[in-house]
Amino acid sequence: MSDTHAHTVRFVRETMLPPQDPPSSQIGMVRWGRENLFDGPLNIILTVISLLVVLFLIMEMGPWFANSIWNANSLTECRQILDGASGACWGVIKDRWPQLMFGFYPPELYWRPVTALVLLFVAISPVLFPSVPKKVLYFTMVYPFLGVWLLWGGTIWGPVSVALGFVLGYVLVRATSQLSTLLSAAIVVILPILYWLFLAGPLVDALSAIAPLESQSVPSREFGGFLVSLVIGVSGIALSLPIGILLALGRQSNMPLIKYVSVIFIEFIRGVPLITLLFTASLLLNYFLPPGTNFDLILRVIIMVTLFASAYMAEVIRGGLAALPRGQYEAADALGLDYWKAQRLIIMPQALKISIPSIVSTFIGLFKDTTLVVFIGILDPIGLANATRASSDWQGIYWELFIFIGAVFFIFCFSMSRYSMSLERRLKTDHR
Amino acid sequence: MAMVDSGAPKGSFRLSMLLYDTRYRSYTIQIFVLILLMLGAAWLIDNTIRNLAALGKDFSFDFLWNVSGYDISQRPIEYDSTYTHGRAAIVGLLNTLILAVMACATATVIGVIAGVLRLSKNWIIGRLMTIYVETFRNVPVLIWIIVVSAIMSESMPPPSAFRGDDPASSMLLFDSVAVTNRGVYVPGPLFENGLGYFNILGLDVSLNLMAFLVVVGLSIWVNRLVLASATKIQNATGVRPKTWWKSLLILFVPAIALLTFLGFHLEYPELRGFNFTGGIQMRNSLLAMWLGLSIYTGAFVAEIVRSGILAISNGQSEAAFALGLQPGRTMRLVILPQALRVIVPPLISQYLNITKNTSLGLAVGYMDLRSTLGGITINQTGRELEGMMLLMLVYLVISLIISTVMNFYNNRVKLRER
Repeated sequence: MSDTHAHTVRFVRETMLPPQDPPSSQIGMVRWGRENLFDGPLNIILTVISLLVVLFLIMEMGPWFANSIWNANSLTECRQILDGASGACWGVIKDRWPQLMFGFYPPELYWRPVTALVLLFVAISPVLFPSVPKKVLYFTMVYPFLGVWLLWGGTIWGPVSVALGFVLGYVLVRATSQLSTLLSAAIVVILPILYWLFLAGPLVDALSAIAPLESQSVPSREFGGFLVSLVIGVSGIALSLPIGILLALGRQSNMPLIKYVSVIFIEFIRGVPLITLLFTASLLLNYFLPPGTNFDLILRVIIMVTLFASAYMAEVIRGGLAALPRGQYEAADALGLDYWKAQRLIIMPQALKISIPSIVSTFIGLFKDTTLVVFIGILDPIGLANATRASSDWQGIYWELFIFIGAVFFIFCFSMSRYSMSLERRLKTDHR
Repeated sequence: MAMVDSGAPKGSFRLSMLLYDTRYRSYTIQIFVLILLMLGAAWLIDNTIRNLAALGKDFSFDFLWNVSGYDISQRPIEYDSTYTHGRAAIVGLLNTLILAVMACATATVIGVIAGVLRLSKNWIIGRLMTIYVETFRNVPVLIWIIVVSAIMSESMPPPSAFRGDDPASSMLLFDSVAVTNRGVYVPGPLFENGLGYFNILGLDVSLNLMAFLVVVGLSIWVNRLVLASATKIQNATGVRPKTWWKSLLILFVPAIALLTFLGFHLEYPELRGFNFTGGIQMRNSLLAMWLGLSIYTGAFVAEIVRSGILAISNGQSEAAFALGLQPGRTMRLVILPQALRVIVPPLISQYLNITKNTSLGLAVGYMDLRSTLGGITINQTGRELEGMMLLMLVYLVISLIISTVMNFYNNRVKLRER
């Protein structure tokens, strides 16, 4: 056939042309820029404004960061080194580092909070990462007592005797498993409380007399800086979740008394600012306790922060409970599970999974709220920053201190929120 | 659950049923809890009475009628140190409310802009807004407040820098706003033929403001009547009469007429002696609280707005377009009502948070309710118990009012399902 045309048509292409490259405006950076930055007049204006903002920030902050001074013992010295140029005096962080981290904790004992922090990560690792062996959970159970002993020091028998109460509770759970749930719950709750109230104190004294295992004790007023934020934040986080679950269940209860007590508690706590509760802890608690009692300020703050966060936690978990379809409750009933078994095996795992994002944002809120303890005279990072700004060496400095403190809080809070996102993805079981 | 016949054994009641029978067990638990609660309450009250007795104090709120003896820098109503503690508390409450309203308004504006821009196709602005949201959400609000306060008091020029022929600093916006390290001075409203004040329960209420609010309220009401009649005509004839010029006339002319009648004009701040006079002085404490709370909460509002918009599926706007609705109406009639249902409840709880966070005013010396009633008054009178109870009660009432509004809104917009 090709011969037929050989003399009529000059040229016949026998192979396909290779595809041409798209026009330069349709590829690479140019296309991306056209689509994402300069798509229409509004977008062009927005892009130009943002570029100007970015440029302005770089122009302002670039030299300031570039001229950072790390070795200076006062603001005047730092300004002398800078000689009129704009620059950050990070020397203040270096100068006040131990204070910002540990407050007035005895310097020779800094290893104790550091060990406690490292062990904290070990203790929470099985909760955070599924690949960590489950046996580490035994250490997690021991950690609260070990951590308290490391931080506050004193006789080791104090935390041990408190821990014995929990062991007693566990033994009682096993021993009373044949009895009615109500009876066994009453026994499991009441006997350890009686033990703590009446037996634990004498036991500590007796054991200390036999084997005085003591480390140097550090009173709470020497705690400060990020140490105090972490102590309050971590204890609040660990304690508020279980209390929040109980409050949420209480609010959903069929028993009117339990329900209204929970509702009143939750609404009261959520209705007042945390500061008023902290002031209650520092000013009023002495009115409510028997005359002459005086207990640790940090412990009071932990209790108040925990109560505050648990009310919010209860509302968050209530949302998760409400989001579960009724069929789940009915299925649990149909299987013949009692209330607590149904909660433990069917309801709570799902409700908690639904509310992970809100639970974690409550945790983040709690951790940020630990800064409010500055108002009742605890020297948290902000309190120490204020003290530094008032000292003669560093009077007039603020950006460096607050950037540093803010950055530390940012790292903690941001990593918590990212972790919750990954946890959500990991626990996702639906197929959408 | 309707029980026709439970089939449960009737007959004799045994004591063990209190523990084992679900019908009676809840009573056992509740009575047990009630006893515990009453014991706990009795213990607390007994301790309090004994402690008060030991300190030689009684429980009374009489201190509210005693002379306060301290000054408050920001006074929305007349007050000086010869007034009572009660009046100081009211000044504090008003300061709290002023700050809360200002911060709610700006946080909403910032949040809506940031939330919408974060969804924008524009890459760079989306990233900038993400940075804004993440930075401000993850750092405690107290730090932001203190930073703004430090910038205001340490980096801004003193009023003396505005003096002279070649001043180091100059006023902004056509010489109307002065930013100094003592605060920001803005023009204030003045009335030449003002109506004066009306004294109600010891508070001076500006009649000018009242008159203005009444006129604006009336105009809005009349405007709604006009719109309703337009809708009626549209329903009857299918043609909607043009109402925009009527609305403009009704909404603006009476208000402008009233302002002219009252001789409304702005008073500009002027440098006299060592300081600016005239206009309104916004103190550093107010600015620090206002800006700090607004930018911090704005980041949360941005996330709320973004999730609200994302919650509306594309199908909704496509369906509206298929029905022939124009983009504006699609937004107003289809998208917004649904997005607002998602946005408003968390937004209101952010407003609640702002109101509670105003109590951080102590950090920068803003004289809110907590600093007056819960601070200086308590320190001067030694009435911690009464003062804190009153303080908590006021915050509780504010919170309850806000959550009542929220419940009212939720019920109004609730999806009516079968």
